[in-house]
Amino acid sequence: MTSAKTPLLALTGVSKRYGGVTANAGIDLIVDPGSIHAILGENGAGKSTLMKLIYGVQSPDEGQILWKGQPVRLGSPADARRLGIGMVFQHFSLFETLSVVQNISLIVPGSQKTLGARIRALGDEFGLTVDPDAMVHALSVGERQRVEIIRCLLLNPDLLILDEPTSVLPPQSVKKLFETLRALQAKGMAILFISHKLEEIKDLCDTATILRAGRVTGRVTPAEHSAKDLATLMIGRAMPPPMPAVARSGGELRLQISGLSHDNDDPFGLPLKDLSLTLRSGEILGIAGISGNGQQDLAALISGEIVQARSARDTLRLMGQPMADQGAAARRALGFAFVPEERLGRGAVPDMSLSDNALLTAHGAGLVTGGFISRAAERAFTADIIDRFDVRTPGPQAEAGALSGGNLQKFILGREITLAPKVLLVSQPTWGVDIGAATDIRRRLIEMRNDGAAILVISEELEELFQICDRLHVLHKGRLSPSLITAQVTAEEVGAYMIGAGPTKGAAA
Amino acid sequence: MNAIEFILAGMLAAATPMLLAALGELVVERTGVLNLGLEGMMALGAALGFITTYTYGSHLLGFGAAALGGAVLSLVFALVVLGFVANQVAAGLAIGILGTGLSSLFGKSFESLTITGLPKLALPLLSDVPVIGPTLFVQDIVVWLTLLFAVGLWAVLNHTKLGLMIRAVGENPHAARAIGFRVLTIRCLAIAFGGAMAGIAGAYASTVYTPLWADGMIAGRGWIALALVVFGTWQTGRIAFGAVLFGALSLGELVTQAGGVNIPSQILACVPYVVTILMLAVISSNRRRMRQNTVASLGQPFQP
Repeated sequence: MTSAKTPLLALTGVSKRYGGVTANAGIDLIVDPGSIHAILGENGAGKSTLMKLIYGVQSPDEGQILWKGQPVRLGSPADARRLGIGMVFQHFSLFETLSVVQNISLIVPGSQKTLGARIRALGDEFGLTVDPDAMVHALSVGERQRVEIIRCLLLNPDLLILDEPTSVLPPQSVKKLFETLRALQAKGMAILFISHKLEEIKDLCDTATILRAGRVTGRVTPAEHSAKDLATLMIGRAMPPPMPAVARSGGELRLQISGLSHDNDDPFGLPLKDLSLTLRSGEILGIAGISGNGQQDLAALISGEIVQARSARDTLRLMGQPMADQGAAARRALGFAFVPEERLGRGAVPDMSLSDNALLTAHGAGLVTGGFISRAAERAFTADIIDRFDVRTPGPQAEAGALSGGNLQKFILGREITLAPKVLLVSQPTWGVDIGAATDIRRRLIEMRNDGAAILVISEELEELFQICDRLHVLHKGRLSPSLITAQVTAEEVGAYMIGAGPTKGAAA
Repeated sequence: MNAIEFILAGMLAAATPMLLAALGELVVERTGVLNLGLEGMMALGAALGFITTYTYGSHLLGFGAAALGGAVLSLVFALVVLGFVANQVAAGLAIGILGTGLSSLFGKSFESLTITGLPKLALPLLSDVPVIGPTLFVQDIVVWLTLLFAVGLWAVLNHTKLGLMIRAVGENPHAARAIGFRVLTIRCLAIAFGGAMAGIAGAYASTVYTPLWADGMIAGRGWIALALVVFGTWQTGRIAFGAVLFGALSLGELVTQAGGVNIPSQILACVPYVVTILMLAVISSNRRRMRQNTVASLGQPFQP
């Protein structure tokens, strides 16, 4: 793309290294005034690093940043804001114990009273309604994002950076966000939109710069390319095809939850109310919903990290036995396995070797004899997982913390799958995992299902759930929607449950 | 003077050393740093304050020297925990021991010397009220300034941008850095402030409250101040309430012992600690308010 205008922002040959890892190598980027420019790349491609350089959170090792034609040095985000750059972070930079207006007054000058009025006015103009006096901990994820956007807009930026803004939004809210962004563009603001979702970029953006492994691999007009072309530029090969699921009917009942309720210890947390679901062998059941609606407690209740009172023991049955009052070991003994969302710290111990990490849940699989660890068996077991699940690592002695997110996830999933569980609970299976590994993980889950395992997947990636699940429930504010058959509902219908709007067209099963 | 009048007259002064130190520590902890060296910084302040006041005859100079000494010692702590990202608990304990040792060293040749304290000031009008007037409302200038300071600190923490910045850094230093705050600078300044306040607190104890220097004279007040901050759920008003309650109870203990009540003195000596902690535990039992005020990143090292 050529332009007669001076670019708003131009990067030439920008590089950034962390230790021995090159996060960005010789990046060239040109953003024109008033354009919506996409940065497309998968997890780990260097998008977030690049944005941190532009917003002054980090400084580049090499290369030059030009703002309106002038070379600039950005020492801190305050410098970037002074120039007219605003940023909405993926993991929000809001403070939960402060109110909305207090949060905003941290970087926007003015009294809280005048700010409150300006927040309301902006909200009306761009459809970003939020109560200035609300405490941030009481807001939903979508509302928090609006607060972040408003905080940027109050400083009248020329360039607004949004880092993966749609990853936390249901489909309806994504549409609303896009309307807001187009309205901002119409007022002359340029937008840098970071995403790994191809359809969104085709829908919204004028230009896209594609990153792979820290380098620019393409500059395209997204509307002129197919999603397949974009994917090839993004991951360097054709998108792997999804594994087809074999339809199965009516396996045996493996997990039954009926009338399960739980009050959260955290006063800002949500109580879970009267949850019921059933999970049979040979099916994958999904729990959709935006994070923070009770997912963590639900996973802990099913895995046995939270144990219920004896009087409520019937609320959760595994293989027909009441287990709600039993701990994690008892549940695992019945053939239950769990892959938590936090890989380091809960799924694996960072500074222990892979072998020792394998031992943590697989000690029953012949790795311990007479109370002593059988190192040879442990190593063989680990090497087998590494081999079969394509874990890229020097070997069983590597520390878990040294593996990339995707490889560690494959290892943990491999460890649990090797135990041949009857019921497998997987929480956020592909968070922060690159596309290749994510496809592989989904394929493994479908294979297991085809072999007759019962699998429960908690995920906020709606696309993923549609790909692998037979049925799904939506978790919203601690309540479960009715069971929905994946093949018979649309993303919009599921999205309606995600924002608490209830059933649109009946697709309950 | 009966027992009630005795307690009313003395409780504010008894509370002042703990309150001064606790207010300083409150600011430190609000930014997410736990400095357990309070006792040692107070001891150093007490020794330096006494030596300076004795030598130059000026309380103001004494307080200045104590504030400087406390701040310098706390900056050593800041260097270790912010610069070298050391464990805050271990570093705080070490600094505390260092401060106590330094106070013994410097104070050695001033042992058992005495100076005169500060005159009491009667608040106009209020001191004419019967019973509480001539007792509660007649205090030295530092007591009045400390109470004023507590009100001022409450206003700063809750109603100014500076206060919001301090709370933001303590809740989520990574987010604070992402929006452009210099987390380490803010924490370092807070630590120095806390050290200066602890030094002043020590100087009050050694030059005004009991105007003499004796090794070990801080006698656990630093630890009480630390407990007040936590049990006062990081709120200025509750911390002040706890400090005054503790002051009143510790005087009450003296009165009871002097009155010849037949209870072992060890048990009586426990009463102020137990009652203060119970009272503050009860008022901080509201979980929602506790969560609202707890400093989320307290004690956790931060590396940008």
